Amino acid sequence: MTNPSESVIIVVVSRALARLIQLFGIYVIIHGHYSPGGGFQGGALLAAGVLLLRMTEGGRASQSEVSTEAAIPLAAVGALIFAGAGLVTLAFGGHYMDYGAVPVPGVEEPVVRYYGILLVEFGIGLAVMTALVAIFDDMVAPDPYGNAVDAAGDRAGTPPKL
Amino acid sequence: MLLLFTGLLVYATIHLPARGDPEAPMHRKENVVGDPVAGAYFIGNAYRDAATPNMVTVILADYRSVDTLGEVIVVFTAGVCCLLILRRRMYD
Amino acid sequence: MNWLVELVLFILLLTTAVLALSVRDLLAAAAAATAFTFTMALLFVSMGAIDVGFTEAVVGAGIVGVYFIAAVFQTSRRTRD
Repeated sequence: MTNPSESVIIVVVSRALARLIQLFGIYVIIHGHYSPGGGFQGGALLAAGVLLLRMTEGGRASQSEVSTEAAIPLAAVGALIFAGAGLVTLAFGGHYMDYGAVPVPGVEEPVVRYYGILLVEFGIGLAVMTALVAIFDDMVAPDPYGNAVDAAGDRAGTPPKL
Repeated sequence: MLLLFTGLLVYATIHLPARGDPEAPMHRKENVVGDPVAGAYFIGNAYRDAATPNMVTVILADYRSVDTLGEVIVVFTAGVCCLLILRRRMYD
Repeated sequence: MNWLVELVLFILLLTTAVLALSVRDLLAAAAAATAFTFTMALLFVSMGAIDVGFTEAVVGAGIVGVYFIAAVFQTSRRTRD
């Protein structure tokens, strides 16, 4: 599954479709205040776009989306954004995750909560997207020498036998 | 055995309140011992507290955000475990 | 009218569940499991739980289906039992 697809139709269509899926994912994250959705769903949609490219263009060509090495650190960054938002509110004297406790001059408390929720949704989306991509990369991991390894441990240069 | 369990489930199901019933215990403002129910507070005050029309988002990311934090950490832990177990070591 | 839609969805749910368990081709079983999850998401939406249905559709049909297919491609496509 890490080799590029032979059919040019599949590659071209999936390139266009992956961008649409990722755009919809970003919309779901940002518009989660007004419509169904949120960080988890938007992150899963972003990951679905990346996985579509991983399956059709091959694992090497789509490294520029989310590279395999950067996936887990980015997931940690996303989770730390979430936990750090809670710690910031703790530092201002509120409860954990009580965004309204952060004093922002000129902004009312519900609006602070609004932007707190938005920040947290970004953290969730980043963490979920990169964690799902990392799981997929580990499942189909090629060995460092570029040969596909099947379950029995045989190095086969051919596509996986069905 | 299977039929017995199926019958038990059906018997338990037919006594549940109908879907969307406003008189169901979870939709009342107070539960059977007189304490206020959390759901009624969320429905009434979600927009006032966070200026967000979608109350599901408010519940997930504000009122019950520690729950969501645990959820994210579960996904992250799954990623880390896949990395530790499945990723083949790079020698160079 | 609503109960008719839900009846069709429940029948589809049972059909895909039995299909996913009984078919011998594992790729077809993964596809049937994905269809099961998507039917479940439609059922959630018909009950009014749009957020839950959205999550179910995205994660179940989008991500877990891809993981199933990846696992089938990494191992074997036929069952032995």
